[in-house]
Amino acid sequence: MNSTYGVVAVLVVALGAMLVGAYGLRVSRTTSDFYVASRTVSPWWNASAIGGEYLSAASFVGIAGLIFAHGPDMLWFPVGYTAGYLVLLTLVAAPLRRSGAYTLPDFAEARFSSPLVRRVASGLAIAIAWMYLLPQFKGAGLTLHTVTGAPDWLGGLIVAVVVTVNVVSGGMRSVTFVQAFQYWLKLTAIAVPVVFLLLAWQAHGGQRINGPEYPVFRQTTTVDFDTTTVIHADHDVAFSGRGLVDGARLEGDGLTLTAGEHTIAAGSSFVFPAGATVPHLESLPHTTNANWALPMAAGGEFPLYAVYSLILATFLGTMGLPHVIVRFYTNPNGRAARRTTLIVLGLLGIFYLMPPLYGVLGRLYTPELLLTGDTDAVVLVLPSRMIEGVGGQLLGALVAGGAFAAFLSTSSGLMVSLAGVLSQDVLKMRGVRGFRISAGLAVLVPLAMTVLVGGIPVADMVGLAFAVAASSLCPLLLLGIWSTRITTPGAVAGMLAGGLPALAAGIVTISARTNDQWFHVFLSRPAAWTVPLGFVVMYGVSLMTPSKVPANVNRVMVRLHAPENLGLETNEEPSMSELRRRGEM
Amino acid sequence: MRPEDPPAQRVVVTSPRTGAPRPRRPYPASREITEQSQLGELYMRSLIRTQRTLGLLVVGLVAGGLATLPLVFTFAPWVSRLQVFGIGLPWVLLGVVVFPVFVLAGWFYVRQAERSERQFAELVERS
Repeated sequence: MNSTYGVVAVLVVALGAMLVGAYGLRVSRTTSDFYVASRTVSPWWNASAIGGEYLSAASFVGIAGLIFAHGPDMLWFPVGYTAGYLVLLTLVAAPLRRSGAYTLPDFAEARFSSPLVRRVASGLAIAIAWMYLLPQFKGAGLTLHTVTGAPDWLGGLIVAVVVTVNVVSGGMRSVTFVQAFQYWLKLTAIAVPVVFLLLAWQAHGGQRINGPEYPVFRQTTTVDFDTTTVIHADHDVAFSGRGLVDGARLEGDGLTLTAGEHTIAAGSSFVFPAGATVPHLESLPHTTNANWALPMAAGGEFPLYAVYSLILATFLGTMGLPHVIVRFYTNPNGRAARRTTLIVLGLLGIFYLMPPLYGVLGRLYTPELLLTGDTDAVVLVLPSRMIEGVGGQLLGALVAGGAFAAFLSTSSGLMVSLAGVLSQDVLKMRGVRGFRISAGLAVLVPLAMTVLVGGIPVADMVGLAFAVAASSLCPLLLLGIWSTRITTPGAVAGMLAGGLPALAAGIVTISARTNDQWFHVFLSRPAAWTVPLGFVVMYGVSLMTPSKVPANVNRVMVRLHAPENLGLETNEEPSMSELRRRGEM
Repeated sequence: MRPEDPPAQRVVVTSPRTGAPRPRRPYPASREITEQSQLGELYMRSLIRTQRTLGLLVVGLVAGGLATLPLVFTFAPWVSRLQVFGIGLPWVLLGVVVFPVFVLAGWFYVRQAERSERQFAELVERS
């Protein structure tokens, strides 16, 4: 891949984001502007911004990579990411906006009037935001590495710097512009290449991908191994090149990789002929194309548990993500919050039509990624692989730019909310200065963590953040909004009972290697047991402590649920009918 | 003025009956709500119940329908081998069909939720 265009695209996106941010800086003057854009954002802008912020590394590169390796079971990721907004729309959007909360801790305090509930909620929000930032930085590293061969940590560092500068200088107003712009950039970057890729696929004969064979190399392919890799060959494979296989030094032509498991040492470089069956990473499923194309056919322990856990985590986790909540505050009222969410559903649906196509075409055109394990790179590699010449390279650069936009926008959204929580609840520094210091702090922790974690697919890491959100903050929101019986001890106990196990499971999954243990799936997909735990404990403890129901619960419920057109005194701005009635009396 | 004329009757002109209570204006229900009276609580409870039922219904239908798919794919594998326009049924359902379904369900929810809020507002303003 010629890296010049890719580097230019990444630079343009980074500079563009900073320029739009600087434009916003001239607009944002007061602290209120800085945080919430003075609530002057229209539903379309706001919906684009939510889409731009939400479509992260996981959506842009991760989903295609997982589908490429594992097949249609992974379609539950995009389905769940979108369904999360349907749940948000129907059960949370309007009441959350009416609560007037800017962050989840604000909601916790508004609903329960308890500093303790607030502290627990902010601790969880910070943990979730850090878990979510981590894969963004990993994804940026991967993209830059694929495009230019730069070391893995550099991409993450660039994203961190750009986002920090942008957030610190512009605040929310500029971020709203940046985010809305980024949604359309990302949609273009993933949709335009797809059109050309499908045309190229047709021109190549429109080969189907449901035959009984394993993926094969379409052309003579050189594979470089950056790390020591355990692979599995389903058939004997002829190859040439030089390197260490199972500890034996091999060099020259006419070598054979026998069927079975092999360890290939870092630094090896092999050339495989066209038509050879692709050996693949040992940890990836051993499936023929026909089996790969079927759901629930890949095997693995407890496949049904894994799918339902993923469904629970994504459907319910979206509402607990800190950067999603902040966006709702920029709606003028509850009705606008609903309309915004409905537009978001449409925008996400259009975007998510694309990644599966990359995954499927990757099976045909870039099967060597199964061998190196860089499955997340499939979106980035495909255009230049399928289309010859400058056209393919330009499309590749477009995709790389879009991927970078994905990391930048999600990271800035997370940074804004994370810095908001940090400055208010941890550092206790009000105003713009505290916000800026917190932004610096917010970025350092996940950047340091990228050094520690191993090769987990980006989308899986994001899935863990969703699981924590679904088991802790989701019960708080759903039960807090719809039940008057929830007590302060119940809220705290429920958040901890659901959130801490999910958090622990996530940390074990990303730091230790448990892949071959039978209980691996219960740690890497914890939602199916932690979500019910959170709900049951929150409701159960509340029923056991009926005297601890917050005294003002009815007043809060009125605030959350009374329509704006009623003009109650609990609504922030008096409506016309309210003014009329006050005049009469 | 002749003396035999009867003295002019003293007429007492009274002010409007300020002291008497005016006929009570109906107490607006929106004040019942803000003042947390029992009636106001009743109003709010009914609105919350309506909205909660609607939300759970929409989520339940859509998510419940989707959640049967893994079971179907596991226990009736022939279903996942069906082809639509040459593409496997699971791909069509999870890759394409779900998204317009989400938008439709969301649109239906917004319409119903706003309708019940309008009805609630009318009820409150009328009383």
